[in-house]
Amino acid sequence: MSHPLRGAAAIVGVATAGIGEAAGFTATEILAQASHAALADAGLTLRDVDGLFTNTAVHSHPALSIGEYLGLRPTFSESSSIGGASFVAYLITATMALQARLCDVALICYGSNQRTALGRLEAKSGSQSYEAPYQPRHPITSYALATARHMHRYGTTRAQLAAVAVAARGWAQRNPEAFMRDPLTVDDVLSSRMVSDPITVRDCCLVTDGAGAVVMVRAERAKEFPKAPSYFLGGAMAHWHMQIDQLPDMTVTAATDSGPRAFAMAGLSPRDVDVLQLYDAFTINTILALEDLGFCRKGEGGAFVASGALAPGGSLPVNTNGGGLSCCHPGMYGIFTIIESVRQLRGEAGERQVAGAEIALCNGNGGRLASQVTALLGTAATL
Amino acid sequence: MTGQQIPGVQGVGGADRRFKEALAAGRFDIQRCRSCGSHFFYPRVICPHCGGSEIEWVAASGRATVHSTTTVRRKAEQGGDYNVCIVELDEGPRMMSRVDGTPSDDVRIGMRVSASVAGAGDGAFVVFHVDGRDAQQEGAR
Repeated sequence: MSHPLRGAAAIVGVATAGIGEAAGFTATEILAQASHAALADAGLTLRDVDGLFTNTAVHSHPALSIGEYLGLRPTFSESSSIGGASFVAYLITATMALQARLCDVALICYGSNQRTALGRLEAKSGSQSYEAPYQPRHPITSYALATARHMHRYGTTRAQLAAVAVAARGWAQRNPEAFMRDPLTVDDVLSSRMVSDPITVRDCCLVTDGAGAVVMVRAERAKEFPKAPSYFLGGAMAHWHMQIDQLPDMTVTAATDSGPRAFAMAGLSPRDVDVLQLYDAFTINTILALEDLGFCRKGEGGAFVASGALAPGGSLPVNTNGGGLSCCHPGMYGIFTIIESVRQLRGEAGERQVAGAEIALCNGNGGRLASQVTALLGTAATL
Repeated sequence: MTGQQIPGVQGVGGADRRFKEALAAGRFDIQRCRSCGSHFFYPRVICPHCGGSEIEWVAASGRATVHSTTTVRRKAEQGGDYNVCIVELDEGPRMMSRVDGTPSDDVRIGMRVSASVAGAGDGAFVVFHVDGRDAQQEGAR
């Protein structure tokens, strides 16, 4: 018997706003623009929204501030934060709330103007007190330590890590919305500025502005909307730590837990997935996610990505929008994994379209490799 | 929690305060769960391994192995590059720290290191030196 949440809700609207630089706009303004556009994509308006799922780096009570700004009176709202993965987690909670009839139209939304407002990562979570004396550069140093450990343990090389950034750039060159579209080679990555060894600036995600919004409804209504629905097939979250020194094995993330549970809910396995959107805060993220979700064996992620499998024309399309490394990264990237998945499942991805994409996987990451949320989305044919 | 008076540690409070007061007195203490026997770091009032609340303080051996290491690049005028590492204490727990006395680029995973207390008072913290190299201690142990 299939899981009660499998296929219970569907995404019927998506939109982005202010991707790259949104000079002169606040985070909330571009969030509102994305929300308005996602609802228009679904043939709806803000008047129809009764479920709000939102988070930002600038509001202490995001649902209250965003709800007020948008003029909403939600019957259900959710803004718990597990970092950048939160928005993928909202796919699960929105599906639950819709199925339980706590709301009828769920709006998942996010916005940040960190690039034009600050020029750096905007984050609520700085160093923890036991880390603070050592001045780790948050969050880069934690990812550098995990990367160094993976290199030590499995022989992963900087050139293999660079292949992740090169593949992402290859996709970004096919995405007019992507912020960085200049050619990028492995040598370019290797010779770029070192930030926290072995991570260079090109192993790091971008610092951009950007907003995104996703509209979900119960599956029974999903075909009433203008665009082909993308159904929630399965999802699961897991987190084991906050500080990187508390992760039991620094080469194994909680995606080894969230992934199998998401696949089990969906009744699917990695071989069924047509396109992946993996939260690539750093090049190591993509390698760890591929290993931990079962797309290659532990320790073989470096060789796998260096084979070119992820890039346009490769066997496993990953981060087809260009990812956080080349498309956009406004601080909490998770919602963009959903939006690109939907665009692929609808066949709207233009030059970067993966032919015949029926099943998409989103994997959100939050904190320092901490929260992992895996979700599987599919077309009507996958129900 | 242990109720016994610990030399050099004044007053009452939780694990965080107890840890920092010991550090201020030049000592690096860690915790061990009386229920499951696990050592753990950072300081807590419950054991993260079994949820137990009967916890005792022990002096850390100070012996550890570099588990991972990075050099954070910083402009010279802002103080220059510096080391940040994860060490695995011989007792089992890992902690973020820094290797002093060795150029950061020469710090390697697997190196044996020993703890000392750097800084003073509220600013005291644990650093490590590579064994057999510059073993100069920055604080009393």
